[in-house]
Amino acid sequence: MENEKFGMDARQQTDLKDPSRRSFIKQSSLLTAVALTPATALKAAEDHLDEQIAGVLEKLPLRMEVNGEMHNLSVEPRATLLDILREEMDLTGTKKGCDHGQCGACTVHVDGQRVNSCLTLGIMVNGKKVTTIEGLAKGDVLHPMQEAFLKHDGFQCGYCTPGQIMSAVACINEGHANSEGEIREYMSGNICRCGAYPNIVNAIMDVKNGGMEA
Amino acid sequence: MKQFQYVKASSNAGVITAISKPGTKIIAGGTNLVDLMKRGVTAPDRLVDITHLPLKSINITGKGLHIGALALNSVVAENALVVEKHPLLAMALKAGASPQLRNMATVGGNMMQRTRCTYFYDTAMPCNKRAPGTGCGAIGGINRMHAIFGTSSKCIAVHPSDMCVALAALDATVIIAGPKGQRTLQFTEFHRLPGEHPELDNHLATGEMILSVEIPDNNFAKNSYYLKVRDRQSYAFALVSVAAALDIQNGVIRGARLAMGGVAHKPWRLFEVEKSLIGKKPTEENFAQAAQLAMQGAKAYEYNAFKLKLAPATIAEALKHASGLV
Repeated sequence: MENEKFGMDARQQTDLKDPSRRSFIKQSSLLTAVALTPATALKAAEDHLDEQIAGVLEKLPLRMEVNGEMHNLSVEPRATLLDILREEMDLTGTKKGCDHGQCGACTVHVDGQRVNSCLTLGIMVNGKKVTTIEGLAKGDVLHPMQEAFLKHDGFQCGYCTPGQIMSAVACINEGHANSEGEIREYMSGNICRCGAYPNIVNAIMDVKNGGMEA
Repeated sequence: MKQFQYVKASSNAGVITAISKPGTKIIAGGTNLVDLMKRGVTAPDRLVDITHLPLKSINITGKGLHIGALALNSVVAENALVVEKHPLLAMALKAGASPQLRNMATVGGNMMQRTRCTYFYDTAMPCNKRAPGTGCGAIGGINRMHAIFGTSSKCIAVHPSDMCVALAALDATVIIAGPKGQRTLQFTEFHRLPGEHPELDNHLATGEMILSVEIPDNNFAKNSYYLKVRDRQSYAFALVSVAAALDIQNGVIRGARLAMGGVAHKPWRLFEVEKSLIGKKPTEENFAQAAQLAMQGAKAYEYNAFKLKLAPATIAEALKHASGLV
C-alpha cells in the first residue's frame, strides 16, 4: 500500500483503499457535513477515485485538552487553532487581530508554551493541552496576571489584552521578566495599538515581584 | 486557504517519498508556510507533518555541535551548549521574530523561510519568485527593504533570517537526506543567489529534507556579536544585520568571521574582509577599513541607497561590540 511506503501514521493516513477509512469518511460526511457534501463527491470518495476530492471532503479527528477539559472534534486540516477555538468551541476570548502572526492577539499556550494560534493548524495540536484566556481564572478567582492588568490599567480598548495576558504569564514562567527592558523585549510579540505598554510592563513587574507561581 | 491533504510521517524515508511527489510540502512550525498559504502565495495539495520525527536533539559530536532540524528556535537560543560554545547563534535567534513564533519555528523551517518582499506576498503584483516570468515588482517599486548585493535583473529580494546569518558566519554545515541518501553542504552553499531562477531559494533537490546543522568548534565564543538594525527595536525584519566573530590572541586578530543579513538573497558572508582582519589589532580604524572593503560591489536601488551607509556602519559597530571596544 502506498502509505506503508510513506511510513505514515496509521490513524491519520488518508488511504482510501482502507475500508475503515472509507467508512469513516462516509460516516463523518453523513453525520456532520451531509448538507455540504455533493452526492457526486461522496460517491467519488466511496469508490476511492480521486484522493484530492477526498482531501477536500475529509475532516480529521482532533482530540485536545482545552482549559482542562478533553475535547473530541472533527476538523478540516486547514482550520487554524484560532478558528477552531473561536468558531467551533465558542472560546472567543482568544482574539483574531492580524491573522498572520504579526500582532500576538491570538496568543495561547500549547503544552505550556505560548504560540500564535493563528499560524497553528488545529490538527497539529492533536493530543496536546491548550490553555486560553478562559482557562486562567479559577472559577471567580482571577489569575494574578488578570488582577494585575486591572490594577495597573494594562489596556484601553482591550482587544489585545487576552493575548497580552497569555504572553505575560508565559514571559514570567520562562524566566524572562527580570527587568523592565527584558519584559519589553519578551513581550514584543504582542502589539497594543492603544499604547498601554508602560502599564502592561508594570502589571508584569508587579506579578513577578509578588512571586507568581508557574 | 485552499484545502489540502494532511499526512503525518513516521520516518525520514516516509517524508522523502512523500515530498518527491509534486504539490507536497513539509510542515513543521508552520509560522511562514501557513501564512503563505493563507495569502495564496503557495497552495500545496498535501502537507507532510514531520514534527514527531526524532530530529530535535542538540548534542556534541566528533564534528562539533549538532542541532536537529526540528529543534525549536526558542530551545536552541536557550540551550546551554549553544550559549557556551556559540553565543553568536543564540544572539541571532533571539533577535528574530517574537517569543511566540520562536516557540513554534524550527531550525530547518527557519532555513526554508521565504523572503518577506511585499511584492512576493502580494499576489496581485508581478514577482519572478512567486510566479516565474511575470517580472519583478520591486526593481522599479518600493525597494527600501531590498538587496544591495548579488541581485539579478529578475529579483532583488533578501533572505529574512537572522539565525542563518549566524550559521553562515560560524562555518556550519547542513546535513541533508534525499532519495539518493545523505549529503552535506556548507551552510554558505545552502541558499542561492536569484540569478535567472529566483523561484529557487536554495540548493535542495526534489525529495530532499534537512536533517540537521553542525557547527565546528571555534575560538570565537568570547568575541562575537550579532547586531541587527531595524525599524523598531524588536519584532521586525532586519534592514541590515551583522554577525561578527573574532579570535583575538594577545591583542591581535587571529581569525575572523563576518556575515550580513538583510542585504542579499542569501546570508552574505564576507570572506575577503575576514582575511583582511587577520594579524590586525582590534581598533576602530581597522574595523572602519574592513567595513569599507565589505561594500565592494554593492549596488543600491531607488529606495535602499541608505543601506550603502548603514551596512558598513553596522559592520564596524558589530566588530567593536565583538572585540569589547564598546
